[in-house]
Amino acid sequence: MTISNSLRSQPDASGHFGSFGGRYVAETLMPLILELEKVYKEAKQDPTFEAEFEELLRSYVGRPNPLYYAGRLTEALRADSPDGKGAKIYLKREELNHTGAHKINNCIGQALLARRMGKKKVIAETGAGQHGVATATVAALFGMECKIFMGAKDVERQKPNVFRMKLLGAEVIPVVSGSQTLKDAMNDALRHWVSNVHDTFYIIGTAAGPHPYPELVRDFQSVIGKEARQQIVEIEGRLPDLLIAPVGGGSNAIGLFHPFLDDVDVKMIGVEAAGEGLTGKHAASLAGGASGILHGNRTYLLQDEDGQITEAHSISAGLDYPGIGPEHSWLHEIGRVQYMPITDDEALASFQKLAALEGIIPALESAHAIASAEKVAPTMDADQIIVVNLSGRGDKDIFTVADALGVEM
Amino acid sequence: MTDRLATRFAACKEAGRAALVTFVTAGDPTVTATPAILDALVAGGADIIELGMPFTDPMADGPAIELANLRSLGSGTKTKDIFHLATTFRARHPHTPLVLMGYANPMLIRGSEWFANQCREAGIDGVICVDTPPEEDAEIGPALRAAGVHLIRLATPTTDAARLPTVLDGASGFLYHVAVAGVTGKQQAAQTAVEQAVEKLKAATDLPIAVGFGVRSAEQAAAIGRVADGVVVGSAIVDIIGSHGDAAAPFVQEFVATLSGALKANSPHFRETAA
Repeated sequence: MTISNSLRSQPDASGHFGSFGGRYVAETLMPLILELEKVYKEAKQDPTFEAEFEELLRSYVGRPNPLYYAGRLTEALRADSPDGKGAKIYLKREELNHTGAHKINNCIGQALLARRMGKKKVIAETGAGQHGVATATVAALFGMECKIFMGAKDVERQKPNVFRMKLLGAEVIPVVSGSQTLKDAMNDALRHWVSNVHDTFYIIGTAAGPHPYPELVRDFQSVIGKEARQQIVEIEGRLPDLLIAPVGGGSNAIGLFHPFLDDVDVKMIGVEAAGEGLTGKHAASLAGGASGILHGNRTYLLQDEDGQITEAHSISAGLDYPGIGPEHSWLHEIGRVQYMPITDDEALASFQKLAALEGIIPALESAHAIASAEKVAPTMDADQIIVVNLSGRGDKDIFTVADALGVEM
Repeated sequence: MTDRLATRFAACKEAGRAALVTFVTAGDPTVTATPAILDALVAGGADIIELGMPFTDPMADGPAIELANLRSLGSGTKTKDIFHLATTFRARHPHTPLVLMGYANPMLIRGSEWFANQCREAGIDGVICVDTPPEEDAEIGPALRAAGVHLIRLATPTTDAARLPTVLDGASGFLYHVAVAGVTGKQQAAQTAVEQAVEKLKAATDLPIAVGFGVRSAEQAAAIGRVADGVVVGSAIVDIIGSHGDAAAPFVQEFVATLSGALKANSPHFRETAA
């Protein structure tokens, strides 16, 4: 039974979150999208589906992962805060999952759906390669044929992940169209899908795309927030005051936020990539974009006055996308979640700080969330609690960071 | 106001042949080159013109039309240029139906009423919005209908009998049958599959049926023209523009004339004359 005034009952029957979301795809894909919706509804009612999902998360992914009190980071920030200020910072350790990020949660769920629909082939788009690796991993696990679409520029920038995907048995297809990055990889994945609808399942990597993807990706990622909620209550005996998570498409953030949306005292910050700053090249669709239609959904997009999509920029390849998941657009418009831009430089500083203070090298995506926590914690009371989603580990980013810092490896 | 699409389909039917529907992208390779290319389509014998509205992310299109989109945007084509091209085309060719084809975001960025009114004022007869299925009709359909502009819907090989009524509800002008499950200009459909599909569609609607996607030669156009009310050719023309750029018009005209000739050769009137 859904309570009508709950913020957790979206989307509506036609896949809309307020004015966002929906199903903006070519007619060829519509029957498949409708079938996926039906299959997902049935799966949600099927206890064996949930049991299998949970068992794989436990035995294969390594869940639950810890909620860790970052004591040295907390103390370091308190040292520069006024007396009595400096909230306690906890890290939700998604980077400890198999394959090193939150992406695998969703891939396991979608692979189970693919199998339920009798599809033997999966495809995915990838930017930095994390979702590509996670998809290639579940394809190996389920014995499915796998193709990964990746911008040619990203193939060049992310060689270790390209090799990982190949080791896992996936075919990596470099995309040479457009800006040769994530959005073009998604275009080509959609082109391949429309040409192979009969036997191919598209594992979308974030909480975006046509309905029901934003909903089902969110549901699969909500394990993050459910675990964090239980863990913080066990440790602190109460809910946190603030949640912080990085937002590209926004799957890790919606996964953390969603189980808390109806807890009015829990504030939330989604961190957008401000790149070189909001007046320069960036990837902050909410701060610098407007409502539009791309890749199957209505959402905030970076675009010009004619509705042409403009190129995004972030030092973090995972945030380098000109859109955002539709539920985030809605949460932004109703003011339930605050969205904060963090620049490349701020993220780089936090990347190094977390490594030095806590012995954890965060993904550049996650470093954006750490930077936000560093700004906000000193303004909060010392007995307040922040949970930051450490969505991925930073091994993949060491070349990018070394390059940005002018270090020869 | 007379309905140019209905009038043209009726005239073609009267002549015993399928209508030739030709596609080019507005502003490809430049806005200044487009009027001559549009005139070449008409001079070559095109019955209906589909004018592509370029988009940075044309995910339903294959490489040929994707490149055309990028050439156009690369040369600086703006939305106001496209409506200007349509307005001047309408002045030169008062009777040739003009259909704007493209993606939702550039169409709807200023609101659907703005877009629909621009279409009406520019003399555009119909709109094909590739990524707005019937489920999202509210985004664009009501405004076009209020402005008297046809919303042309697509039926595909995955549109089964159960779904077809949803597609037809609110469709007008003609029904565009996408012959292959795929992107524009790549695979070719088997003739028997096209014939079966057209037969099913004709049983379900009185709208003219135009068949497109993967039609590249006069022979194919003629074969499809024997069963459908219209044949759409896009990528093959766009490829000519890709090769010849600003100087493409005469080559476009020559190619379109072969397509038109092949369709006319189907006509019983033509056969009588030839005999």
